[in-house]
Amino acid sequence: MDLAFTKEEQAFRDEVRSFFRDNVPPDTRRKLVEGRHLSKDEMVTWWRILNKKGWGTSHWPTQYGGTGWTSVQHYIFNEELQSYPAPQPLAFGVSMVGPVIYTFGNEEQKKKYLPRIANVDDWWCQGFSEPGSGSDLASLKTKAERKGDKWIINGQKTWTTLAQHADMIFCLCRTDNNAKKQMGISFIVFSMKSKGVTVRPIQTIDGGVEVNEVFFDDVEVPVENLIGEENKGWDYAKFLLGNERTGIARVGVSKERLRRIRDLASKVEAGGKPIIQDAAFREKLAACEIELKALELTQLRVVADEGKHGKGKPNPASSVLKIKGSEIQQTTTELLMEVIGPFAAPYDVHGDDGSNEAMDWTAQIAPSYFNNRKVSIYGGSNEIQRNIIAKAVLGL
Amino acid sequence: MDFDLTEEQRLLKDSIDGLLTDSYDFESRKKYMKEKGGWSKAVWGKLAEQGLLGLPFAEADGGFGGGGVETMIVMEALGKALVLEPYLATVVIGGGFLRHAGSDAQKAAHVPGIVDGSKTLAFAQLEKNSRYDLFDVATTAKKKGDGWVIDGEKFVVLNGENADTLIVTARTKGNRRDTTGIGVFLVPANAKGVTKKSYPTQDGLHAADITLTGVEVGADAAIGNPDDSLALIERVVDEARVALCAEAVGLMDESLKTTVEYIKTRKQFGVAIGSFQSLQHRASDMFVAAEQARSMSMFATMAGDFEDAKERSNAIAAAKVQIGKSLKFVGQQAIQLHGGIGMTMEAKIGHYFKRLTMIENTFGDTDYHQRRVADAGGLV
Repeated sequence: MDLAFTKEEQAFRDEVRSFFRDNVPPDTRRKLVEGRHLSKDEMVTWWRILNKKGWGTSHWPTQYGGTGWTSVQHYIFNEELQSYPAPQPLAFGVSMVGPVIYTFGNEEQKKKYLPRIANVDDWWCQGFSEPGSGSDLASLKTKAERKGDKWIINGQKTWTTLAQHADMIFCLCRTDNNAKKQMGISFIVFSMKSKGVTVRPIQTIDGGVEVNEVFFDDVEVPVENLIGEENKGWDYAKFLLGNERTGIARVGVSKERLRRIRDLASKVEAGGKPIIQDAAFREKLAACEIELKALELTQLRVVADEGKHGKGKPNPASSVLKIKGSEIQQTTTELLMEVIGPFAAPYDVHGDDGSNEAMDWTAQIAPSYFNNRKVSIYGGSNEIQRNIIAKAVLGL
Repeated sequence: MDFDLTEEQRLLKDSIDGLLTDSYDFESRKKYMKEKGGWSKAVWGKLAEQGLLGLPFAEADGGFGGGGVETMIVMEALGKALVLEPYLATVVIGGGFLRHAGSDAQKAAHVPGIVDGSKTLAFAQLEKNSRYDLFDVATTAKKKGDGWVIDGEKFVVLNGENADTLIVTARTKGNRRDTTGIGVFLVPANAKGVTKKSYPTQDGLHAADITLTGVEVGADAAIGNPDDSLALIERVVDEARVALCAEAVGLMDESLKTTVEYIKTRKQFGVAIGSFQSLQHRASDMFVAAEQARSMSMFATMAGDFEDAKERSNAIAAAKVQIGKSLKFVGQQAIQLHGGIGMTMEAKIGHYFKRLTMIENTFGDTDYHQRRVADAGGLV
């Protein structure tokens, strides 16, 4: 057992760090630190910088533009990215649909989509959840019917993150009504500009617009837009969701936020002195930092295990990452609320593009707290995660 | 970065797990508890035979040169089997003082007896009002000729009833809560002026309250600098905390395993109660708590080698916080999920709960260590 990174790994960390320092646009970083929304342009600009460096699709196989890094290198990269902080690559493209296409797609699809995903020429969104299909995703009803050389798609998706920016969607559609519910689903990709696609924003409790409802009315999609085999979409969806086990803990994000809390808590006064000098507050902060350290170690155990023994058999500890990671993220936003106290209250209206640059930074804290309630709900709610542990790990 | 055991460490784990599987089922433990002193000389002999009692000592001193990871492996196994024998008191703590600061003569006098299992030690540190502060020492050691005269009262000395030698913290200078002027002394348990009141502890171990009245020891009794040994005490107690973290992980693993087995077999309403989601989620939360504890136990083990004493202490304090929170949750919920049977002396789960509970209150509880981390400026 050894906690230390090798010399090569340390050198790699320094390289990553200095690249972020030299290349992340300062305004982008500042907005992230202050919990502001980024505009589409700001995000795409950064992703293209990353892609030009060859790090936009770091975890892809090298023949498709990946880096060939070790598990530890990926870990270091993600940690540094999250804690700098810089925007994470668009998960829907590079972490979700990309791997499905290079694993299950045909050569033509690979050639057509992968470079555009890497350079974010297309902004992708995910068409999974439906109003009646949340945790029970396999019950989805959106229908794709084969008519000649086209799929005709009808139905509704919801919680579609940043669909307002999207050029493309990957969509789970029912293609066989008679099969068992998991067996009749296909994985189809198509343009969000297609006739019959309507995007309706959903305003969340923080006042922001990150998610949308997406409606499909007789949307015509070429048959060649099916990825892999018809009715095998559920397998691809499971592959996609299981693909990134360690990033979900978001340890770097929480670390960065804890640094910010320490910083703010040494400036904001309570009882005539900085709140960081309040014993009760300081102990709460320490408690959160300790939890995060434990999570970081759990994550390192999973990473080291994957590096040594491959990703085939997941380390049982990986189930801990989503539950604890989300709880800790939520705790950090609670601590920020505590620091800011009565100045959490002022509310400002977001701009049309989701940008909220006009607002005073203190006004971001309550929205961030409200917004972070989502992290224990999305990506398989924490209750679903507990079902998974009970079944897969404890054999209950 | 690597969390795997080496081949040798794996063999060590297999050998101690094998030994305890053969000789330490719950029924045997009840018998050992009734032996004189409350633990089994025969099992202690087997631990010696396998070289486990000499594990952390340097080869030059007759040991096997094991490090923190080796101790972690042993303590986890001892926890899993709910072992009563005084490994912590003798090998980890007693051995720790000798390893870090013992003179050649002190090592020659004490290490062979530890390694071959013929001698055990006890750490007489806790005082009536010291609680968890290691520097809070009212017991005095006054110079007399070349030697020392020790006076004071020590409480809840684990293995105090059996130990051949006591390791006593005593003040040579200054006032009760000064951080300097503290020494560490080897005192024969049968020395004139040592009186003991022995009793079983809540978790089935044995301890003693020990009074030292005009106990005379020679100049060679002091381990390290008799006027300034707080750093030594902190180091050894940090190692004891790390060992307790590992023991707690073993206890939690076994508690969770036992509980999951129980809810798979216990039937109510015609089905196994483990089929109910509320119980499944509780068991999953126990798993999460145990894994977080395991991570921090590993962290603490590796932190034992940190050069910087402050960084080491802070990391180990953080680990003790995580272990304290996890063990409370796992222990309490193990009883809850067992239902009525968990409340009985007859079922083994309650005994695991009790040992876990006592670990929280040994060498600093969760609040104590959380405050230390907070006062040290946090952990990020």
